[in-house]
Amino acid sequence: MFDFSTKLSSSTLSNPILTASGCAGSGKELSQFFPLTELGAIVTKSIMLKPRSGRATPRMAETPSGMLNSIGLQGPGIDLFLENDIAWLQEAGVKIIVSIAGETVDDYAALARRVRSLPNVVGLEVNISCPNVENRGMVFSCQPDTARAAIENVRRNVGNDLPIIAKLSPDVTDISLIAREVVSAGADGLALINTVLGMVIDVNTMRPKLAQKTGGLSGPAIRPIAVRAIYQVHAALPKIPIIGMGGVASGKDALELVLAGASAISVGTATFGNPTAVIKVKEELKSLLVERGFEKFSDAVGFAHRAESN
Amino acid sequence: MSSINPRAVQIEAEVVSNKKVGAYHHMVFSVEGMAASARPGNFVAISVGGESTGLVLRRAFAIYRATDKSLPAGSNGLIELVIAPHGQGSTWLASRQVHEKVNMVGPLGTSFGIPTEPVRALLVGGGYGSAPLFGLAELLKSRGCRVDMVLGASSAGKIYAPLEGKRSVSSMTITTDDGSAGLQGRVSDALPQLIEENESEIIYSCGPMAMLQAIQAIADKYNLLHQASVEESMACGIGVCMTCVVPLRGSDGVVRMSRTCIDGPVMDGSNVIWDSQRRIPEGTWGA
Repeated sequence: MFDFSTKLSSSTLSNPILTASGCAGSGKELSQFFPLTELGAIVTKSIMLKPRSGRATPRMAETPSGMLNSIGLQGPGIDLFLENDIAWLQEAGVKIIVSIAGETVDDYAALARRVRSLPNVVGLEVNISCPNVENRGMVFSCQPDTARAAIENVRRNVGNDLPIIAKLSPDVTDISLIAREVVSAGADGLALINTVLGMVIDVNTMRPKLAQKTGGLSGPAIRPIAVRAIYQVHAALPKIPIIGMGGVASGKDALELVLAGASAISVGTATFGNPTAVIKVKEELKSLLVERGFEKFSDAVGFAHRAESN
Repeated sequence: MSSINPRAVQIEAEVVSNKKVGAYHHMVFSVEGMAASARPGNFVAISVGGESTGLVLRRAFAIYRATDKSLPAGSNGLIELVIAPHGQGSTWLASRQVHEKVNMVGPLGTSFGIPTEPVRALLVGGGYGSAPLFGLAELLKSRGCRVDMVLGASSAGKIYAPLEGKRSVSSMTITTDDGSAGLQGRVSDALPQLIEENESEIIYSCGPMAMLQAIQAIADKYNLLHQASVEESMACGIGVCMTCVVPLRGSDGVVRMSRTCIDGPVMDGSNVIWDSQRRIPEGTWGA
């Protein structure tokens, strides 16, 4: 019997397949296409303290093997989120990783206090890397000191039984440096990678296609960047669990990230093209691992790092 | 919380027929039970490009007609679409042959509201935005409504008005920007006279946002209800990506960035804050 379970620090999940933050609505929408309990956990949209309209449209541009988005963290704010989204997910019996995003380091502390002890919540993703904010200075994860400050503020407010997962941007010179910084600040795990900042110019209007000019690139186009980032960080911090994401649309894609060092896989943009993409990825990944003779999922994590002689 | 159309399912739909009609393709798909649950105004979202494609997003198409009745027992329901092959995805779809299958999710979104009493309805379509109006016309006529239709496009070849679609219509007016068919001008130029002549009580519309906005101004002037099927680019069609939003005033009076795939595509035109591309209207919730 193949053991598909995985551990994210103190939390054990029945399988390693998750949704990606901001790619699964409130969860309810996808539940029409498959039982959410098939997921290792659902990762919520990144929630902020106050309601947020997000950015103006156009918010989206399709690109070769990917897309740009600039949603800008549209959401109902923490109060309504807990009352509606979280209550519904708890009722559905699915494990939840709550993703939080702040405008200031104090926001992260306040948000952490709101979600630290909720039934079914098995992890806290600290999104310090959303590219779709007015001020790029708000991308905490682009600087070691701001990345540290945000995570320290969360750590001070959360007990050891709830894993803190820092979500990082690949738009930095050395991602392992930022990873070391947030782990030393108290992160139990890492989510790699957020979208890559990009731009599309419409050659007919001869202006940027998105209303806010820049957006986050996602989809298979960024998968090699995700594989590289996960590989580098796993090499630097082999004991720290990584939720890998970036263009995963098949079991083969997921396996690549697992071999690089991911202990769980989030499926994001692929869900836009296929509401049941997470189920496809889950089933295909399991078959591929069994075919390759693995008895436990955890044995495959970081397998690409083994010495040449093995 | 708004919810996804509860009847939406994901299926492999087989192409039953694919015919070129003017600038468009009329395609028929065998869709099992999906046809029975489709209402005028609903749409489907289709994956395009095939196995090794670089096109990662679904394409949304308004349902032209859904047929489930008067078919022999055991046969499948049918959904008909009008495809304008102007991009890579729609061109791929329009070149599918009979017996090929495509992955389809539907029916999605809201549908046109049907009055409980017979009314005098004016249906307005721009380009292939006429597609969902013919099924609507049939339904309205079956409820005893008078249906007048006006269709506009840039030129004659871009008017989609099949013969069988005209059966339910009392009058049909065509406008083209270049005057190559019908009246020269835009649909909005023809509306005031049509409203007055036909004593229209409600407008149903589908087409580009600028056209819908112009219709709303006329609906306001004549104090008419206006149900508009809006158009904003979508990535998923199922409410999870948050890209297809428009500012919409809710029943509580609050304007929210609302998903056109779930709270639309059919919206009460008087509740849409028009002309809001590239800006968030002041006072929008969370702005």
